[in-house]
Amino acid sequence: MIVYLLCFVLFLVGLYGVITRRNLIKIAISLSIMEFSIFLILVLIGYIDQGLAPIVNTNSGPEIYVDPLPQAMVLTAIVIGLATTAMLMAIAIRLYRKYKTFDIREIKNLRG
Amino acid sequence: MDALIPLFVAFPLISAFLMVIFGKLVKGFHRFLAPITLLALLLLAVYEFTSLGGTSQAYAMGGWTGKEGSPLGIFLVLDGFSVIMLCIINLIGLVALFYSLSYMAKYTAEANYYSLFCLIVAGMNGVVLSGDLFNLFVFLEVSVISSYALVAFGVGKTELEASFKYQVLGGLASMLILLAIGLIYWQCKTVNMAEVRAAFDGSYSKAFYVFVQVLLISGFGLKAAIIPFHAWLPDAHSSAPSPISAMLSGVLIKAVGIYVLIRLFFNMFVFTHEIGVVIAALGAISMVLGSLLAINQWDVKRLLAYSSISQIGYIVMAFGMGIILLLRGNNEAAAVLAIGGGIYHMINHAVFKGLLFLNAGSLEFRLNTRNLKEMGGLSKSMPLTSTTSFMASMSISGIPPFNGFFSKLVIIIAAINGRFYLLAALAVLVSIITLGYFLKFQRFAFFNKAEKAVEKIREVPFPMATSMVFLAILCVALSLLAIPSVSETVLRPAIDVLIQPELYSTTLIGI
Amino acid sequence: MEGMSTIVKKVSQLVAGLIFMYGIYIILHGHLTPGGGFAGGAIVAGAFILLILAFGSSALNLKKEVAGSSNTESVAILLVVILALMSLFLGAKVFFGNFLPKGEAGTLLSAGVIPLYNIFIGIEVAGAILTIFLALVIFKEESSK
Repeated sequence: MIVYLLCFVLFLVGLYGVITRRNLIKIAISLSIMEFSIFLILVLIGYIDQGLAPIVNTNSGPEIYVDPLPQAMVLTAIVIGLATTAMLMAIAIRLYRKYKTFDIREIKNLRG
Repeated sequence: MDALIPLFVAFPLISAFLMVIFGKLVKGFHRFLAPITLLALLLLAVYEFTSLGGTSQAYAMGGWTGKEGSPLGIFLVLDGFSVIMLCIINLIGLVALFYSLSYMAKYTAEANYYSLFCLIVAGMNGVVLSGDLFNLFVFLEVSVISSYALVAFGVGKTELEASFKYQVLGGLASMLILLAIGLIYWQCKTVNMAEVRAAFDGSYSKAFYVFVQVLLISGFGLKAAIIPFHAWLPDAHSSAPSPISAMLSGVLIKAVGIYVLIRLFFNMFVFTHEIGVVIAALGAISMVLGSLLAINQWDVKRLLAYSSISQIGYIVMAFGMGIILLLRGNNEAAAVLAIGGGIYHMINHAVFKGLLFLNAGSLEFRLNTRNLKEMGGLSKSMPLTSTTSFMASMSISGIPPFNGFFSKLVIIIAAINGRFYLLAALAVLVSIITLGYFLKFQRFAFFNKAEKAVEKIREVPFPMATSMVFLAILCVALSLLAIPSVSETVLRPAIDVLIQPELYSTTLIGI
Repeated sequence: MEGMSTIVKKVSQLVAGLIFMYGIYIILHGHLTPGGGFAGGAIVAGAFILLILAFGSSALNLKKEVAGSSNTESVAILLVVILALMSLFLGAKVFFGNFLPKGEAGTLLSAGVIPLYNIFIGIEVAGAILTIFLALVIFKEESSK
C-alpha cells in the first residue's frame, strides 16, 4: 500500500511543478514526471505475490507470473509520452525564438 | 458489413503517411489524395448508417473473440450512437478539408497540414469505434497530439502561446484519464468496457467508485471544455486556422469529450443520483457562463469559441437530465426526449458551429482582421458569406425554421416534463442572450456602415463558398429530423443503446 | 554545432556499432524476451544520435539526413498498416490476424506475423526519434545563424 501512496506523492510533485514553475522547460519536465508516476502505478498494479517475470520458459512447468497486461499498456503509454514531450519541446523552442525568453509571465499576448 | 469497420481507421492512416512520402516528389499530391480519402470515409459512414438499422456490431481485432477459450481481445463496436458520431466526424471533416483547399494555399508547409488533418480524423474515428478503454486512450492521444500541432500551424506569437497552454492542460487531462484507467484495471482486472460493467455489478467500494468517476469527469471535462475546465478553449480555437477551428469546435470536443463521457457513464458505470446532478449542474453552469462571457468579445473567433462552451453546456445538461430521469424511473418518455435532444443538439451544433467558424475564416481571409470593430458593411460585397452567416446565427439562437430551434425546443420540453423548471428557464434565458451576441456579430460584421474602405472586397473563392453553402443547406435540412417518423429511424437506435446498458454488454460481447 | 574531442570521436565510432547490433537483437527477439519494437527502436536511434553528438552537426548534410529518416519512418508505418490490411484477405480474414505459420514456441522463427510487426515498428520508432532530434538540431542551426 505504501508504494502506491509514494507514487501518488510523485504525481502530486509533478502537479505542483506544472502549476508553480515559470520556466517553460520546467513545466514540460514536470508534466513528464506526472506521466512517469502513472506508469509506475500501472506496473505496480499488476504485481502478484511471489510472481516471476512473465517470460515463458518452455522447458519448465507452469509457474506464477506477474500480470503482463499492464506492462504492455505502459510500453505504449511511454511512446505516447515521448510524443507529447517532443511536441511540448518543439513549441517551447519556437516560443523562445519569438519572445527571447522562457519565462511564462512574459508570454501573455492572449487575454480575456 | 463487418470487415469494413477497421477501414475507418486504416484509410486515413495510410493516406496521411502516403502524403508525407509523396508530398515532396509530386506537387499537389496532397490536394488530390486528402479529399478523396475523406469522401470515401463519408460514403462508408453513410453506408454503415443505412445498413445498420438499429442493430449493433462488434468486430474482434485479430480474431480474439473471447469464445473457445481465448481471452477477450480488443473490440471495435459499431452501434446506433457511434454511427451517428462517425457520420458527423467524416462530414464536417470533408467540408472543412474542401474549405482548406483554398484557405491554406498561403501557408508554406501545406503537405504537413493535410497529413495531420487525416491523422485527426483517424484518431477521432478510432475513439468513436473503440470498445475498450486503453484503445480509446491511444486513439484519443493520436487525435489530440495532431490537434496540438495544427493549432500552432501558422507559427505566430499567439498561435504558439495558445498551443502551449492547450498542450499543458490537455496533457494533464490525459494523465488523469490514464490514472482512472489504471484504477479501473486494478478493481476489475480488465479494461474491456462490457466486462467492466459486469464486474461493477458485483461488490465494490463506494469511495473508490466515486473517485474513479470524479477523475473521469475531470479528465474528459478538460477535453470537452466544460466550466471549470474551459481555460484553454478560447485561446486555442481563436488562434487556430479557421478550418481547424471548425474541426476542433465542431467535432473534436464532442468526439473525444462528450461522446466518451456519455458512453462511459451510460454504458459502463451504473448510474447514481449524485452523478446525474453533478453532470446536469456542470452543464447548466457552462451554458450560462459561456454565453455571459461571450457578450463582451470583439474578436470574432473568441466570441464563437465562448459560444461553443455555452452550447456544449446545453448538450451536457440534457444528458444529465436524462440520467436523473432514468433513475426516477417513472418518466421514461421524458428521459428519451432529454437524451434525444442532447444527441440532436450535438448534430446541429457540429453543423452550425462549423459553418460559423468557416464564415469567420472567410472574413479573415479577405480582410486580414478578426476584430469586429474594423469590419462593416460587408453584406453587399460578400453576399454568400453574409447569407450563410445569417442562417447559422439564426440556427444557433434557436429561431424557427432552422435546426437549432428544434433541438433546443426538445431539450426545454424534456426539462419541463421532468419538472426541472429552473433548467428550462435558464435554457430559454441563455437562448435569448445567444441571440443578443449573434445579432451583435451580424450587425458589426455585415450590416454596419463601413469604417474603412471595403469596396475592393470580393467574395471568397469557389471551394470556400461551396463548403459554406453546403453546410447552410444542411442547417435547414436537419430541421427535418424533428419530425417524429424521421427521428425514430435516425435517433431512436442511439437512444436505445444508451438507455439499455445490457444491449452493450450482453448482446455484443456475450458476457 | 561542433564536434567533441578526438577521444570521444574514436570511442563513439567503436561503440556505436555495438549499440546498433544490440538494438537489432532486442527488436528481433521481441517475441521471446522483453523489449520488442519500441524499446529496440529507441536503442537503434540512440546509436545514431551518439554519432551525431560526437561529430557535430557540421559534419552532416542535415536536410538530406532528416528527409531520409522521415521517409524511412513513413515507409515503415505504411508497411505495418498494409500488413494489418493484408491479413484481411489471407488466413483468418480478420484485421490484425496472424496469418503466417506459427513454428514451435521458443525458437526465433515462430509466432507468425509478430516478429515482422516488431521489425517494422522498430524501424519506425528509430526513424521517428531520429527525425525529432534532427529537426531540433536544424532549428538551432537556423536560429543561431
